[in-house]
Amino acid sequence: MQALCRDCLTTFDTEGRCPACRSPRVTRHPELFDLSIAHMDCDAFYASVEKRDNPELADKTVIIGGGRRGVVSTACYVARIKGVKSAMPMFQALKLCPEAVVVKPRFEAYTEASKAIRSMMDELTPVVEPLSLDEAFMDLTGTARLHGAPPAVMLARLVKRMKDELGLTGSIGLSHNKFLAKVASDLDKPRGFSIIGKAETTEFLRPKSVRLIWGIGPMAQESLAKAGIRTFDDLLRWDRRDLHDRFGGMGERLYSLARGEDGRRISPHTPVKGLSNETTFHEDTNDVDILDGHIWRMSEKVSARAKAKDMAGRVVTLKLKKSDHKLVTKRQSLYHPTQLTDVIYRTARGLFDQVGDKGPYRLLGVGISQLASAADADREGDLLDPGANRRAQAEHAADEIREKFGKDAIIKGRALR
Amino acid sequence: MKLSIERASLLKAVAQAQSVVERRNTIPILANVLIEAEGDTVQFRATDLDIEVVDRAPAQVERAGATTVSAVTLNEIVRKLPDGALVTLTEDGASGRLTIEAGRSNFSLATLPKEDFPVMASSEYAANFSAPAPMLRRLFDKSKFAISTEETRYYLNGVYMHIADADGGKVLRCVATDGHRLARIDADLPDGAADMAGVIVPRKTVGELRKLLDDDETQIAVSVSETKVRFATPDITLTSKVIDGTFPDYTRVIPQGNTRKLEVDASEFAKAVDRVATVSSERSRAVKLALEEDKLVLSVNAPDSGAAEEELAVAYGDERLDIGFNAKYLLEIASQVDRENAVFLFNSSGDPTLMREGNDTSAVYVVMPMRV
Repeated sequence: MQALCRDCLTTFDTEGRCPACRSPRVTRHPELFDLSIAHMDCDAFYASVEKRDNPELADKTVIIGGGRRGVVSTACYVARIKGVKSAMPMFQALKLCPEAVVVKPRFEAYTEASKAIRSMMDELTPVVEPLSLDEAFMDLTGTARLHGAPPAVMLARLVKRMKDELGLTGSIGLSHNKFLAKVASDLDKPRGFSIIGKAETTEFLRPKSVRLIWGIGPMAQESLAKAGIRTFDDLLRWDRRDLHDRFGGMGERLYSLARGEDGRRISPHTPVKGLSNETTFHEDTNDVDILDGHIWRMSEKVSARAKAKDMAGRVVTLKLKKSDHKLVTKRQSLYHPTQLTDVIYRTARGLFDQVGDKGPYRLLGVGISQLASAADADREGDLLDPGANRRAQAEHAADEIREKFGKDAIIKGRALR
Repeated sequence: MKLSIERASLLKAVAQAQSVVERRNTIPILANVLIEAEGDTVQFRATDLDIEVVDRAPAQVERAGATTVSAVTLNEIVRKLPDGALVTLTEDGASGRLTIEAGRSNFSLATLPKEDFPVMASSEYAANFSAPAPMLRRLFDKSKFAISTEETRYYLNGVYMHIADADGGKVLRCVATDGHRLARIDADLPDGAADMAGVIVPRKTVGELRKLLDDDETQIAVSVSETKVRFATPDITLTSKVIDGTFPDYTRVIPQGNTRKLEVDASEFAKAVDRVATVSSERSRAVKLALEEDKLVLSVNAPDSGAAEEELAVAYGDERLDIGFNAKYLLEIASQVDRENAVFLFNSSGDPTLMREGNDTSAVYVVMPMRV
């Protein structure tokens, strides 16, 4: 069977360790040199960057996150073994892992590391689709002749370079589509290199939970469970029509994924889909004045980002998380795309009033989506709200003052709530 | 129940009734039409719980009675029957089926009990008056394009019909707006309407009402209460809940001090707007109006797709003005003008613009400009 040594990159087809360097880190698969869709996922990225930059942390348990009420954004593998997960509230993480060192995130450092990895990936193929700072899809189809080596070898070389040159490790998933590549990269973390070949796809998926599918969260799982669907095997028993009738567009997708089919292309130019900001409160609250202050501040942040990017959004979304972690999201389309704090705030506030005081809440977020260019933003006033125009002018004037004298030079009283 | 009816009158009655029925229904009885036969009349009643239509037609009733069947299916069957056919509807009460016979065709439809059908509660109407069909047609036709579809401002999802003070005394007035444009249409006050409370007639009701107004000779009996409005001809009664909300004070919106006057042939203007707007593929296509002495230049500049320009001879005597509008809004208000020139009154490029037909102030439109 075809095999690749991930330490010295030798390819061979004998059993056992690498014949060249005796390393046990060998990947073997009949389709090893035929597959070209890959997913690279850095291992505990933020924590790895912190450990790299601060050798004192190297043998400690590290959790990245912040604030009294913050959540875990990354935990190193030691902490993960103890059950710490991303997005877990910090107090809970510290209960599981009291010896952990909590480090505040340094996003500049992560962005820089991410850029370095990105440029290494760009050397492999022009078709790189980053999902976040620390993971990306790559399509290496047709690159074997250029590189003089099949994709698997180039990918092994990539993670080796990341380790040697950047001191960061990553895991590779290699398969024949995006869905399976992403599933594969998670199979053998950290420093993994996993392959799901065409021949074994269905059998591989069959016993797995549908939770494996990106986008199937607890809610979707529950509705699938109601239909008797828990595993891919269950899914295979449904025909396309029935799935469509029951789950709409998602049903179509489930039908394909159950068969290990995923037609999505890797697109290097995935446009930004939306801008949003959210905050977790120090204490859960139901106080409308306090929440209103948060809506305003989040709207301001979103608006500032939109203005900086010359973008505007057609849809405003309000996100609330209750004390019991139940999520409430509400959205409203606007007639014209906007980038104005005033419009975003008023729309979000209107959405909040529809939800009412069903709190207490622990988190609030405001976002805009269906982005358009700033040239199309706020082009038309509202006959029934003659003050809107003056408020928009005031906002633009305030923006100019901030530009000159700093972002705290002028703020609304509302922002102090 | 057993009755015979001529296909054409059956089709007319059923078609009107079934259009009220919501296509997507979770309550089965609401998909049905209630058929009631008595004396020499059969009546068809359909509802979506907000609107109720009762349609009467002459029929030979052999056995009085009532039942309900799927409105859409009944309509489809009757539509497909040959013209001039005599249709017999029979229901024996025991089988749970309605039989429809015409010539050699024979249909049998499942029924639901007539007792389950929600008949709209009758109401005390505070104001009752009669209005000729053409008057109501003008009031609603010229205002309905401005009805908002925005659900958050539900009180704009209809036409505000009320009594207002105009220059020549009290008038019956219809106003609709979506915040981008506004239409205000006046008609002579009908006898008995003076005390009518203002009501917001929902968009769907306006659409259904339109079907009652085709015949110029018909007098429409209008009844208004605080919660309902009713429009009736001898054959059809349309009852609707009104929107439970307060229509905003639109009078503030109508500009009083706009002095820059443009007079233009409405149809030439509309054609030119339509032509230049072709190059733009944006969702809201902005047309720029550049005005100078007796000249109007319409232009569209869409960086991604192209540009267009057209010049029109107009009557304009004020200083230079550049102002932009959504092409769709200009087309809509221009198409309301059918007798005289369109008169636009501008203030600045950021202020609402007013449009009317000649000097006729009984139909006034306001449109918000767009940044170009």
